[in-house]
Amino acid sequence: MNYNWNWGILITEPYMGWIFSGLGWTLLVAISAWVIAFTLGSVIGIMRTLDQPILRAIGATYVEIFRNIPLLVQMFLWYFIFPELLPEEAGLWVKRGIPMPEFWTAVICLGTYTASRVAEQVRAGINAISQGQRQAARAIGLSPAQVYRYVLLPISYRTIIPPMTSEFLGIFKNSSLALTIGVLELTAQTRQIEEYTFQGFEAFTAATILYIIVTFIVMFFMARVEKKVSIPGVTSIGAK
Amino acid sequence: MIEMKNVSKWYGDFHVLNNCSTVVEKGEVVVVCGPSGSGKSTLIKCVNGLEPFQEGTVTFDGISVGESKTNLTKLRSRIGMVFQNFELFPHISVIKNIRLAQEKVLGRSEEEAKKRGMELLERVGLAEQALKYPGQLSGGQQQRVAIARGLAMDPDAMLFDEPTSALDPEMINEVLDVMVELAQEGMTMMVVTHEMGFAKKVANRVIFMDEGRIEEDCSKDAFFGDTRGERAQLFLSKILNH
Ligand SMILES: Nc1ncnc2c1ncn2[C@@H]1O[C@H](COP(=O)(O)OP(=O)(O)OP(=O)(O)O)[C@@H](O)[C@H]1O
Ligand SMILES: [Mg+2]
Repeated sequence: MNYNWNWGILITEPYMGWIFSGLGWTLLVAISAWVIAFTLGSVIGIMRTLDQPILRAIGATYVEIFRNIPLLVQMFLWYFIFPELLPEEAGLWVKRGIPMPEFWTAVICLGTYTASRVAEQVRAGINAISQGQRQAARAIGLSPAQVYRYVLLPISYRTIIPPMTSEFLGIFKNSSLALTIGVLELTAQTRQIEEYTFQGFEAFTAATILYIIVTFIVMFFMARVEKKVSIPGVTSIGAK
Repeated sequence: MIEMKNVSKWYGDFHVLNNCSTVVEKGEVVVVCGPSGSGKSTLIKCVNGLEPFQEGTVTFDGISVGESKTNLTKLRSRIGMVFQNFELFPHISVIKNIRLAQEKVLGRSEEEAKKRGMELLERVGLAEQALKYPGQLSGGQQQRVAIARGLAMDPDAMLFDEPTSALDPEMINEVLDVMVELAQEGMTMMVVTHEMGFAKKVANRVIFMDEGRIEEDCSKDAFFGDTRGERAQLFLSKILNH
């Protein structure tokens, strides 16, 4: 193989700028999508643990739909099909009216998809809490909402920190699919550098290292959070 | 104070409570005993509506528990309950366990709730443990905190579901002592327990359950005398001999 290594490309403008702009978009997509995934996922997950059959059914349906359609297909559905299903003006607005329609489409797609996964974690976390614990919370006079607010949620969110960290890293990695609809995130920028300079190895190496660094930072930070909120005298809750 | 009339409950075909009726007067201490699976826990959980039932009525201080228009949350705040496995909230400190419902349900201020909480911790001998977390206490200590948590609501009655059966033998008395004191102060209590010493000391009445039925409901003296029925006799001889 006759390959001209040129690591210098990585610190040459405009390519260095492209890489960092790509990283910036990747983080922006991932974090914005996480806001949706966390809030919507929590709501859906909680709904699946409530007494009302209708709410449980809505939650279950949401999860089954969003978890089982391949993410790439969802990306195309949101981008190409969804605007066509809207009334004409609304569809046009989604396609052209809003600034950066690709970005928002990617955020909504990743957010709603990951929400279905977050919902399952939240549900599992709540269901792991013993029946006795819920009964004690009700017996003392807490309303159903207070039982969640002061007892079930604070306990379950602590126990699901590790899987939730994985879900966040999942969004971060899956954000590379946004390139298929034209978001110039890290992977897209890397490909662009390859096309312009034929230095694909260097560019992909740089991207890989950046993905790994961000992953480590997130894991380090979440391990700190987990330690900080750990409950004195308890090694694993829900083990009862 | 507590009145149960012809209460029946089924799980599918299984008749957990079969036509149960009893009355607990204000200030009375009633001990509920019977073999495992006889429906004791289910019976006392009907009092504060933790267990729904299909037939009959339960009233607490004249308020019907089973009726859908009853504000169960409010009613429950007037009835303390202590569980076999303590069920303190593990993620908050002992004093916060005791403050939580005082503040969120009764609307007391933080200072008020803390003051009342510390008084009760003092009373159960655990004032120094106020800032610890439940997981850092022994079983007996946790159960005393659980009693304090119930008392902090200034309840009209207390329900106990086998409060000492998850405890190591050496810790049973520290919990029973608190309960005896409470009984002597005139608290209305319904206590599921096999601690016959406790029953002899403070119970006014003993209820014996078997297969979902209240088989005996009599004064303590009648129960420990020789007027009790055959099954209760058999049950008593079993638990007194081990
Ligand atoms: N959710 C349920 N579904 C079906 N059966 C149940 C359920 N909960 C309890 N039971 C059954 O109801 C019966 C009465 O239960 P309960 O807990 O009231 O008994 P208990 O007298 O308190 O027994 P123990 O001394 O073991 O605590 C038991 O046979 C139990 O298996
Ligand atoms: Mg029981």
